[in-house]
Amino acid sequence: MPVSSSPRTLFDKIWADHVVDRLEDGTCILYIDRHLVHEVTSPQAFEGLRMAGRRLRRPDATVAVVDHNVPTSDRSQPIEEPESRLQIETLEKNVAEFGVPYFPLRSASQGIVHVVGPEQGISLPGMTIVCGDSHTSTHGALGALAFGIGTSEVEHVMATQTLLQKPAKNMRVSVEGKVGPGVTAKDIMLAIIGKIGTAGGTGHVIEFAGSAIRDLDMAGRMTLCNMSIEGGAKAGLVAPDETTFAYVKGRPFAPKGEAFEQACAYWRTLASDEGAHFDTEVTLKAEDIVPSVTWGNSPQDVLPIDGIVPSPSDFKDPAQAAQVQRALDYMGLTAGQKIAGTPVDVVFIGSCTNSRLEDLRAAAEVVRGRHVAATVRAMIVPGSGLVKAAAEAEGLDKIFLDAGFEWREAGCSMCLGMNPDRLTPGQRCASTSNRNFEGRQGPGGRTHLCSPSMAAAAAVTGTLCDVRELMKETV
Amino acid sequence: MDKFTELTAIAAPMPNENIDTDQIIPARFLKTIQRTGLGKNAFAAQRYDENGNENPDFVLNKEPYRQAEILITYDNLGCGSSREHAPWALLDFGIRCVIAPSFADIFFNNCFKNGILPIRLPREICDELMGDARQGSNSRLTIDLEKQIIIRPEGNVVPFEVDPFRRHMLLEGLDDIGQTLAHDAEISSFEHQASRAWVPSISMGTAK
Ligand code: SF4
Repeated sequence: MPVSSSPRTLFDKIWADHVVDRLEDGTCILYIDRHLVHEVTSPQAFEGLRMAGRRLRRPDATVAVVDHNVPTSDRSQPIEEPESRLQIETLEKNVAEFGVPYFPLRSASQGIVHVVGPEQGISLPGMTIVCGDSHTSTHGALGALAFGIGTSEVEHVMATQTLLQKPAKNMRVSVEGKVGPGVTAKDIMLAIIGKIGTAGGTGHVIEFAGSAIRDLDMAGRMTLCNMSIEGGAKAGLVAPDETTFAYVKGRPFAPKGEAFEQACAYWRTLASDEGAHFDTEVTLKAEDIVPSVTWGNSPQDVLPIDGIVPSPSDFKDPAQAAQVQRALDYMGLTAGQKIAGTPVDVVFIGSCTNSRLEDLRAAAEVVRGRHVAATVRAMIVPGSGLVKAAAEAEGLDKIFLDAGFEWREAGCSMCLGMNPDRLTPGQRCASTSNRNFEGRQGPGGRTHLCSPSMAAAAAVTGTLCDVRELMKETV
Repeated sequence: MDKFTELTAIAAPMPNENIDTDQIIPARFLKTIQRTGLGKNAFAAQRYDENGNENPDFVLNKEPYRQAEILITYDNLGCGSSREHAPWALLDFGIRCVIAPSFADIFFNNCFKNGILPIRLPREICDELMGDARQGSNSRLTIDLEKQIIIRPEGNVVPFEVDPFRRHMLLEGLDDIGQTLAHDAEISSFEHQASRAWVPSISMGTAK
């Protein structure tokens, strides 16, 4: 590889190492190392290949999973909803026809695509990784350039193993210092989105940097990168370091032995150079971040747990004021009320944002010795079969079941309600997922995004509340 | 893909920011294995009540906007999920052009790939076009992609920028894949570079 004289960012380096060709107008043909496929955004792409008589170029760089539609209850029965069943059957037919490696529903390793990829060592540092799913940004936690694509692009990658792309701008979000007790990666990310807004990262790839980010484990970094898209960014990245290498080592599909050492040597060269140029820089102090929840229907509607719900009159722009009013109406909240103390009906701990073993441990820590409030339905949906098994090996399932939680099978579940796990109109949910859009978790459902420990605290108290209060009681 | 050259059509005003892809097409309609047929559920949550009856206040349920082929909105149109079902739903409804001060990246790209022209214009201009769109039967705009101009109902002209490559593909109705496959040799030689030796191949036999 040519050695460039000017300092480069992590993104610049991964990009440069994947450019196959540059077209006249600057569009690049970008090589894709990993293509992850799921049942919802792939059927039309496979169909397109078939109709054009094209082959799948790299079945050995493609992996398929079922996650969005799958039931998370009893799996011994056939899938009830005919349309869900059709999508899953269509995927199974397609992977068989095109020879794609596949984690079927009954595989012990089945799970949400963004949990399975890193967990299996399919997603690795320095790679370009795509999937027909916006939360592909999750894999950026490994120091990979990972982003979501539409179905036409899915077909493009299938046929060519490349994408036509223009380089994004570089943005660095630095979080310096140490977070306080009860503050998690989710709170850091909600704070970032609250600060930059849902369009703040548009056109950019965000590199998360600073000591508070370095201190995060891989699960935390994945939570952070997962929600880059909620900040409007194309992707999120964390420079690969020893934490990353220790995580990758020994994973089923990761390089082994000598190959692993060589890969590490390369990965060590990827960190942004001293003095590299970022088009946009944002800095946060870790000490300022507190446990947070969202109050409205946009992920930027973030409040510290001791905050109060805004009023339309706080906004000068009439369009914004109208939007706030609409969100208040939808969410059934009153301007000026405290967000803490709001009763919840459902607690959902799961999704590609927060369904890893570390997330479940954090929730269990709060739940241990307590019981789910009588008015609340609380569910845990592990991110993969392996997460579920590992949690059970530690006895976490018992803590949750004893407390009155549902302990379910892996899948997207109530993150988007494509399977039967849905909110009913008006139900209020503390959710560890990533989107609080109207109807996201079921028509008329009201979502408050928060961390696993905050969701657990809501489950046992029956209201949105400050997890730090419960932590005090435990000591 | 259908060519996009010139379009004269009704523009519908949707003066909201952050119209996300869950609004454009809610997740429960993503279970299709086809690209067509989503138009009837575009904006379903706002367009229909719980019983599936049309909500008379929603803009696309009103005349002449039932015939709209152009949509005008405010910032960050298409944020949220990468679902291409969003442009498919718009296209199936009849929308061929969307105009906003800013777009979410994936949605912006997905539009081009489905023959929908997304046009980014400053907020003040979007305000003016929003005003045009509010004029009912007089809300007809002409979008001339060749000349890169919008002709407003009163004849005023608004120029717009568009990526030259995307413009070319739309004007000719070309599909990206065919273009890229012309670079097959470069892709193959890239794949076989020694520096890429660390990238493992995946087969279900590799692990376990
Ligand atoms: S868990 Fe939610 S956000 Fe993640 S892939 Fe599934 S549906 Fe998408």
